[in-house]
Amino acid sequence: MAKGVVKMIEDNGKEVGSISVRNVYRTYIDTNGNEVEALKNINIEIQPGEFISFIGPSGCGKTTLMRLIAGLDEAQEGELFLDDEKIEGTNHERGYVFQQANLFPWANIEDNISAGLRARKIYKEHKEEVSHYIEIAGLKGFEKSYPHQISGGMAQRASLVRALINSPKVLLLDEPLGALDSFTRFALQDKLLELWEERETTMILVTHDVDEAVYLSDRIIIMSPRPGRIEEIIDVKLGRPRNRTSDDFLVLRKKILEKLNLVNKPKDLEYYL
Amino acid sequence: MNLQEVNIRKSENVSNIIDFRRNERKSKLKSNPLDVIYWKPSSTLWRIINISIFALALLVSFIIPLKQSVILAPYRFFLIISIAYFIVINAIAPLNSKIKAKVNHNAQLYSGIGLILIIWDLLTTKSNILPLPFFPSFAQILQVMVEDYGTLIISTGHSMRLLVIGFTIGTILGITTGVLIGWYRQWHYWVFPVIKIVGVVPATAWIPIVMFIFPSSFYAQIFLIVICVWFPVAFMTSSGIENLPKSFFEAARTLGAKEEFLIFKVAIPGAMPSIFTGIYTATGISFATLVVSEMIGAKAGLGWYINWAKGWSNYAKVYASIIIMAIVFSIVMAIIFRIRDRVLIWQKGLLK
Repeated sequence: MAKGVVKMIEDNGKEVGSISVRNVYRTYIDTNGNEVEALKNINIEIQPGEFISFIGPSGCGKTTLMRLIAGLDEAQEGELFLDDEKIEGTNHERGYVFQQANLFPWANIEDNISAGLRARKIYKEHKEEVSHYIEIAGLKGFEKSYPHQISGGMAQRASLVRALINSPKVLLLDEPLGALDSFTRFALQDKLLELWEERETTMILVTHDVDEAVYLSDRIIIMSPRPGRIEEIIDVKLGRPRNRTSDDFLVLRKKILEKLNLVNKPKDLEYYL
Repeated sequence: MNLQEVNIRKSENVSNIIDFRRNERKSKLKSNPLDVIYWKPSSTLWRIINISIFALALLVSFIIPLKQSVILAPYRFFLIISIAYFIVINAIAPLNSKIKAKVNHNAQLYSGIGLILIIWDLLTTKSNILPLPFFPSFAQILQVMVEDYGTLIISTGHSMRLLVIGFTIGTILGITTGVLIGWYRQWHYWVFPVIKIVGVVPATAWIPIVMFIFPSSFYAQIFLIVICVWFPVAFMTSSGIENLPKSFFEAARTLGAKEEFLIFKVAIPGAMPSIFTGIYTATGISFATLVVSEMIGAKAGLGWYINWAKGWSNYAKVYASIIIMAIVFSIVMAIIFRIRDRVLIWQKGLLK
């Protein structure tokens, strides 16, 4: 086990990092003043150490649900739990990786990555870990660079490591690889799996890329919009490491793509004679 | 070597030659950053003209007879020092490329200044076309500076003391108020209207009121400068914080940040560009407020000096004070710019 890595098992042997979502209902007012049901009747149980993906068309509430789990927003009805503790507000135990890397532009990479440690006032004790995490992110040599000086892929890696250094029980990733090119994306997906297998943090990923969901997750939760709800939960019973071109992979991919199309039912067909 | 290797070697040599020629052409295309800043073409002629014009000014000063009464020693001394300075930097230039570029670039400018000095001299002391007391010559201004140097130094010191103390207090109060207003709703509710309404009133309008509130003119003037600095800085600080994208705060919160970190390590650093804009605005206003307030209530200071000299119709002294103000205030601005460049080092290369 690498230095500074915390495996997510408590002293009494109980695994941590489970998320419970019960009867969550959330609305918001859109720009026209209408009330939009972003999430309706959401019930999910996520096991500790699982890799979950949320997939669905835009407007289906994936990001809204993520923000509720993170504590950035509040549900009008329903409750969310982390290991039987009610989720109220943000906490470093539920780390979040945003779609835009969101690095602080006034701090260099090193200070950005160690921001969580400074925020929790434990920087002095964990100072040595910072360089270890910079190495994991492949950003060695860029410690003193500023966010605008590094590429998109590097920024996203920095953002990922910034959340990980806090040893969160749950890591929420909101389309983190969406803005990157294919090569960087594949490399980061493998990196993500590597980090996950090391730490067994619960990973909750939001993506619109079916391939990514099938490649990474244990379970895929398909959502549909208006109102945002869970359409289906699919178990991905493929062994790791996964082969993107294997028959099993492609069958599952096809199945999910079809389900996503069914979510937006086509208009009734008319028959021409 | 077999034939294949010989051919490979040959093509390598050819590509080397092509690269070499390409690099030569590149260096002529001025990709040198010094050439971008110091863009005036290098010209020995202008450098010679530069020195010659100042020498000519010296000559004019000696040869052409005076039509106004003035002690020419300070002026001539100034010209001699300038000539010496130009000779020295021209001599050093070949040793350092940055100095060389700078000297070349500024040669025309200094030549122009020299020409203006000659024309000014001719129009005033040498021909009396522009008469005293309203149009003093540069020679007279310098004479006045030398004669009155004691008073001028005391006045400058007095003004600077007021400026520094007032500015520091005003900035600290401004940033504190701005953070409170930008962060807490209640503070915003009660205090922001005050800033908006009272802030637009020029500090100088408070002079009559300030004069009966404060026991001494010193405190009164400090108060005026504090007021004129406080409002722009508070306003820009609060708007800087309010306009910071929420995503930064959300990212910090998911990292476990509590309010203290969010205010001091996210809001304030993020608002720094805005805060410095407020500081520049405040600096400019504070110069104006300083001079006006001194004209009315003070017993010393550059503004007071102008008023006092006006009473004697000694406009040479007025100009002398103005020149000193130009120099001193430029130095203050330069210092603030330096501080800004250091604090906002993260913006380097981000904005252009």
